[in-house]
Amino acid sequence: MFPAAFDYRAPATLDEALGVLKERGDDAKVMAGGQSLIPLLKLRFAQPALVLDIGRLPAMNQIARSDGHLSIGALVRHVDVEHDLELAKQTPILGEAAHWIADPLVRNRGTVVGSVCHADPAGDWGSVMLALGAELVARSASGERVIPVAGFFQDPFTTTLKPDEIVTAIRIPISSGRAGGAYNKLERKVGDFATVAVAVQVEMDGRKVTRAGIGLTSVGPTNIKATQAEKALVGRELTDETIREAARLAAEAANPKDDIRGSAAYKKDVVRVFVQRGLHTALGRAQEVKA
Amino acid sequence: MKVTMQVNGAERTGDVEPRVLLVDFLRTNLALTGTHVGCDTTSCGACTVLLDGEPVKSCTLLAVQVDGREIKTVEGLAQGATLSPLQIGFHEEHGLQCGFCTPGMMLVGTALLEHNPNPTDEQIRWAISGNICRCTGYMNIVKAIQHAARLQQAAVPAGGVK
Repeated sequence: MFPAAFDYRAPATLDEALGVLKERGDDAKVMAGGQSLIPLLKLRFAQPALVLDIGRLPAMNQIARSDGHLSIGALVRHVDVEHDLELAKQTPILGEAAHWIADPLVRNRGTVVGSVCHADPAGDWGSVMLALGAELVARSASGERVIPVAGFFQDPFTTTLKPDEIVTAIRIPISSGRAGGAYNKLERKVGDFATVAVAVQVEMDGRKVTRAGIGLTSVGPTNIKATQAEKALVGRELTDETIREAARLAAEAANPKDDIRGSAAYKKDVVRVFVQRGLHTALGRAQEVKA
Repeated sequence: MKVTMQVNGAERTGDVEPRVLLVDFLRTNLALTGTHVGCDTTSCGACTVLLDGEPVKSCTLLAVQVDGREIKTVEGLAQGATLSPLQIGFHEEHGLQCGFCTPGMMLVGTALLEHNPNPTDEQIRWAISGNICRCTGYMNIVKAIQHAARLQQAAVPAGGVK
C-alpha cells in the first residue's frame, strides 16, 4: 500500500510554512508525526495535493510552563509527555493518557497537537484537553488566534481550524490550588482505539469543587464535553452521591453506537462507571497536592 | 526528491517520490529485506527500525521524512560475524518460531536495553507491546531479551559506563 502522489514540502521556518499554506492551504494537509495522516494517505481516505511536513520546524518540541499555563508545542510527542516526570506529578492525567495511546512505536512519532487536530472521536487527547479546559494557539500568515478546545470539534475529523492555519501549541491552564484528574480507558488490546474512555479533572477549594472538566472518548461523532455533569459538580463536595449524579449525567451526554467493540447500552454504562472511578481517583490526587 | 540518510552506519542516498514509505525505500532501493512488511497498517511492528535510536514503524514514515537522519535495521545488529547480545539471546533462548516478527522484536529489545539495561518482565512486555508475534512465542521473546540484558551486564564492569 502506498499513498496517491503528492507534493511534499518540509519548511525550515514557521513563516515559510505559513506562506505555503496561504497559497495552497485548501488542498494541503499539515503533517507532524504522521501517525494518523500516513495511514489515511495509504488507504487513500485522504488525497491532498500537498503534504506540508512541519517536523523540521525549530523550537516546537518544548513543554513550557509560564504564567499559569502549560504549553505543549506542536512537535511534542506522546512519548515526551509519557516520560515527563515533573508533568506526571503536576498534571497526572497527561502522562496517564499518553501511556495508553496506540503502542510504544507509534508514541515515538505521534504528537499531542497533531492528534487533537486530527479530531478522531476515538482520539484520547481531545477528551483530556476538554477536561483540562485547554486552548489551541493557531497561526496563519495574517496573525494568531486562540481557540478553546471546547467548540473546536465539529464532526468526525472536522474542526474549526482554517485551511491556512497551523496549530503551534496547546495551552493548558494550571491550577494554583488543589487539582487532580484521571484518564480511564477501555481497549480490547494494545494499539486498538478506545471502546470507551473518560477524562476527568477537578479543581478544589477545601472540600468544594471550583471547576470540573469531563471529556468522553469514542461515544459520539466527536470527543464530548459532558457539560451537565460538570455543572452538577461545581460548588459541591465530591461525595458518593454527587459523584453518582455526575456519572449519570455524563452517561446521558454520551451518544455511542453499537459496533464490534460493544453495544451502545454497554458503552453508556462504561461511561458511568469511568466517571465515578475517575472522580474518586481525581479526588485522591487533588488531596495529595500541597495547596 | 533526493534523500540522504545514515543506514547502519553508512551514508545512503536515493531519488524517491515523496510518497515512498521508508520500508519500501529500505527493501526496494537499498535491498535491505530484513525489515519486513507485515500488516502494512501500523498495527504489527514487523517493519520496526530504529530512527535515531528509537523504534518506529517504517511503514508509517515517508523516506523523505528521514532525510539527514539515522536508521538502524536488523542488518546493522551484527558486527561482521559477531552477533549482538540481542541476536545471541534470541538464538540461545529460541526466541523465534517462523522468524517474521524477529527483526522488529530484536530492534525494540536493543532500544529498550540501551536506556534500561536491567528491565523487569513487565517492562519488557510493555516495550514489545507494539510488536505482534503471530506464532504467539512471547514467552521466549521475553526470555531472549532477558538473556541479552544479562550478557550486556556481564560485559560491563559494575558501576561501569556502557
